[in-house]
Amino acid sequence: MNTLVRGIGRLGGLVRGSIYGLGAFTRLFATILARSGIALKRPGLVSQQIHFIGNYSLLIIAVSGLFVGFVLGLQGYYTLNRYGSEEALGLLVALSLTRELGPVVTALLFAGRAGTSLTAEIGLMKAGEQLAAMEVMAVDPIRRVLTPRFWGGVIAMPVLAAVFSMVGIIGGWVVGVLLIGIDSGAFWSQMQSGVDVFNDVLNGVLKSVIFGIAVTLIALYEGWNAKPTPEGVSRATTRTVVSGSLAVLGLDFLLTALMFSN
Amino acid sequence: MTSDATSASNPLLLFKDVALGYGGFTVLADIDIEVRRGQVVALMGGSGSGKTTLLRAATGQILPLRGTITAFGQNIAAASAGQLQALRQRMGVLFQQGALFTDLNVFENVAFPLREHTQVSESQIVERVLDKLDAVGLRAAAHLKISEISGGMARRVALARAIVLEPELILYDEPFAGLDPISLGITAQLIRNLTDRLHCASVLITHDVAESFAIADTVYMVGQGKLLASGRPDDLTQSADPYVRQFLNGEPDGPIAFNYPETPAFAQWLQQHGGRS
Repeated sequence: MNTLVRGIGRLGGLVRGSIYGLGAFTRLFATILARSGIALKRPGLVSQQIHFIGNYSLLIIAVSGLFVGFVLGLQGYYTLNRYGSEEALGLLVALSLTRELGPVVTALLFAGRAGTSLTAEIGLMKAGEQLAAMEVMAVDPIRRVLTPRFWGGVIAMPVLAAVFSMVGIIGGWVVGVLLIGIDSGAFWSQMQSGVDVFNDVLNGVLKSVIFGIAVTLIALYEGWNAKPTPEGVSRATTRTVVSGSLAVLGLDFLLTALMFSN
Repeated sequence: MTSDATSASNPLLLFKDVALGYGGFTVLADIDIEVRRGQVVALMGGSGSGKTTLLRAATGQILPLRGTITAFGQNIAAASAGQLQALRQRMGVLFQQGALFTDLNVFENVAFPLREHTQVSESQIVERVLDKLDAVGLRAAAHLKISEISGGMARRVALARAIVLEPELILYDEPFAGLDPISLGITAQLIRNLTDRLHCASVLITHDVAESFAIADTVYMVGQGKLLASGRPDDLTQSADPYVRQFLNGEPDGPIAFNYPETPAFAQWLQQHGGRS
């Protein structure tokens, strides 16, 4: 009986903790939005973060995009070749990248590269009393530290996803046209006629913006709530990757169902 | 050192019958402290006596469990977020570990409060920052990264940042810790000179008896969860109070225990680990 009561109590604690966490997460999001005026007032702070978050992620995004494009070119060709429609390779590569792989893989890499660095930075600022120092200097750390990073991440993410998709398409072209020998005109014209700017490209951009919001916010939340110890920061960094990646995959399913259902 | 006029003014910081703590645990109780313009006030006590808790309460980072804390005539506990921000703009705080921003260099750390709270031109920022860095002897270190300076230098940079806005009330948490003897003497004199020149009030949280007694107008000693003694340095030096004597002379035996007191939680922990209480 006691074990049962303890089990129910533990379950209740877990549910209560999750609801509390969700509430704190939403409150942080609302606070950041409410203090976003700083992004317009001091755009330099946001551009600094776009440089830090976006520019430093560019290499890993571009290289990953190229290899994903290579693989898509190869796999797409093997499958399409069975039905004699290898000219549609350009369309297949472009649709796969703009609709799904571009936003999703970029967001996963973003969580690993930029998300962890954001969490560790905020967590270490907390551990070094830098956030407390800011507060007693009458500077709101959410406004000064978190908000520019949030907008930096939200702006950088769709740009990175676009770079990923673009480099991926070049990768698919290299494999399909240069290595396998598919007709270059067919590769590009099929892509041009089959990819819709609104349904495919803009939906992909919208996805990447939503992933950018989710991953950046999770990274900032974890850093903000990290225990101010080396172990606490390390755990928070791990949670950013796990929660960020799961959020991206879960959101992707929801968004795909909403955007591409007939 | 304190003039009659300054003593007669309203206190900039006032603790009245204050109790402070975390959660349900009271760290300090029955605290009465008064800090007036032009004064250097030293808050002294052993490690873990609650000195830093007093500083956190003075800046509104924690609220009193009982009593009232008034800064610039305003009750901190009753202040709105905006009012608290306004109060904090009139204070400067030197943190125990410096708390410098590691993504900014020395110059930008000191310039930070100016950039956030003033609209002064870049040339004025350069002038004022270099002036404050000069005061702490680090003018030529303005270009260095925080990772390139020593712990003692970092504390001096933090001191320059705390005074760059020339606040009315400056709170120093262990300003002498980690400084070499030369820097220590210069820093103590700098605190005194700043207080006189800016006609502000300075509160030192410290356990450095010699340096703080040399520059302080009033000394408060805390320990054992309460205010043990207060008065001018000379009065405390002459004091026959056993607590004061033991602390000032650094004697191992006396009413202030060196060993951390045993608690029921420790006894339980020891029992779980197979020890004897």
